[in-house]
Amino acid sequence: MKKSNFLAWLKSWDAGEFDFTAALPKDYTDPNANAGNQDHPWKLEPVNRLEEGELRSFRKSYPFFAVVLCGIMISFLLLTVANLPTYGSADSPAHNEVMERYVEKGMEETGAVNVVAGVILDYRAFDTLGESHVLYTAATAVFILLLSLKGAGEPEQEKRIMQSDPLLKSTARIIVPLVIVYGIYVIFNGHLGPGGGFSGGAVIGGGLILYAIAFGFEPLDKFLNLKVYRIVVLCALCFYSFAKCYSFFCGANHLETIFSPGTPGMIFSAGLILPLNMAVGIVVACTMYGFYSIFQRGRI
Amino acid sequence: MDVIELMLLLLLLVCGIATCLSRNLLVSLVIFMAYSVMMSIVWVLLEAPDLAITEAAVGAGVSSVLLFLTLKKIRDIRKKVQDEKK
Repeated sequence: MKKSNFLAWLKSWDAGEFDFTAALPKDYTDPNANAGNQDHPWKLEPVNRLEEGELRSFRKSYPFFAVVLCGIMISFLLLTVANLPTYGSADSPAHNEVMERYVEKGMEETGAVNVVAGVILDYRAFDTLGESHVLYTAATAVFILLLSLKGAGEPEQEKRIMQSDPLLKSTARIIVPLVIVYGIYVIFNGHLGPGGGFSGGAVIGGGLILYAIAFGFEPLDKFLNLKVYRIVVLCALCFYSFAKCYSFFCGANHLETIFSPGTPGMIFSAGLILPLNMAVGIVVACTMYGFYSIFQRGRI
Repeated sequence: MDVIELMLLLLLLVCGIATCLSRNLLVSLVIFMAYSVMMSIVWVLLEAPDLAITEAAVGAGVSSVLLFLTLKKIRDIRKKVQDEKK
């Protein structure tokens, strides 16, 4: 491809005008075009994707090789499982001084009753920071791919949402507040019980998605659009990074930090864990809703 | 308790195989959702409630919704091509 051609292509891609079908040959016909059943649009009839004389001999052997490959993988995994130490045995390699320290001193050092939260957000907070960034990078990649398809077929979809089921609407009216409150509970109790930022954020995101399915995007657009999303996610990730940098710096130099473990069991305890859980939860909730919105209508 | 656990594991296997073998993609997706729900119960039985919450929210909720949307998009594109041909 010539350079100028490529630049033009990039420009049209950026403007959302790029036509994917233009790259196909003129006389191309979709072999699956007639596959949809008109009476039952959700029902796809099995399509014979085999074209005349095209790799016929290879295609016949695909199922065979797939089964053999699956068998090899499964036997590898089962062999590994057979060689694992028995569940809860004292002499398994996982029982070393690291685990002992986490179990015995975890609550005292981090202030978190939930040792898992203490490990994830205190001892190994750097890993979790990396995970948050991985999620953010994945979300960015999805946005780059899908944001350019500006409002493809949007009015029709909006209409369809407005005519959504009354059953769905009345159910959502009852369920959505409960789901969101439960998500907030899971985030705020991440250091006291099972849960934490990621699970709570995913629950809140699910609640927002349910609301959007039942009532359309307009009510949510008022407080959650692309600009708000960018600012909120940036602030949350920056807060996480700076807070952890501060505590790593102080910890490495044996300085006192302003965050104390507090009394284990209280809601405002465990130092940084609660604010970090909140930051992660906000990022995850916004990203989940953003994924749904961008899949549904090509923008947030 | 052991019986329930065994039943759940067996159903997991059945769901996993049925997801692969189903010809209709929509049916596959619904079975996959059922798989996630059962997996979250298995996590609870394995004393990992953190994972159970995440599995129920992400596996059964968000990712299934995204897969449904993708299926809908594929059908929309197919329908558009069909309309253009007419």
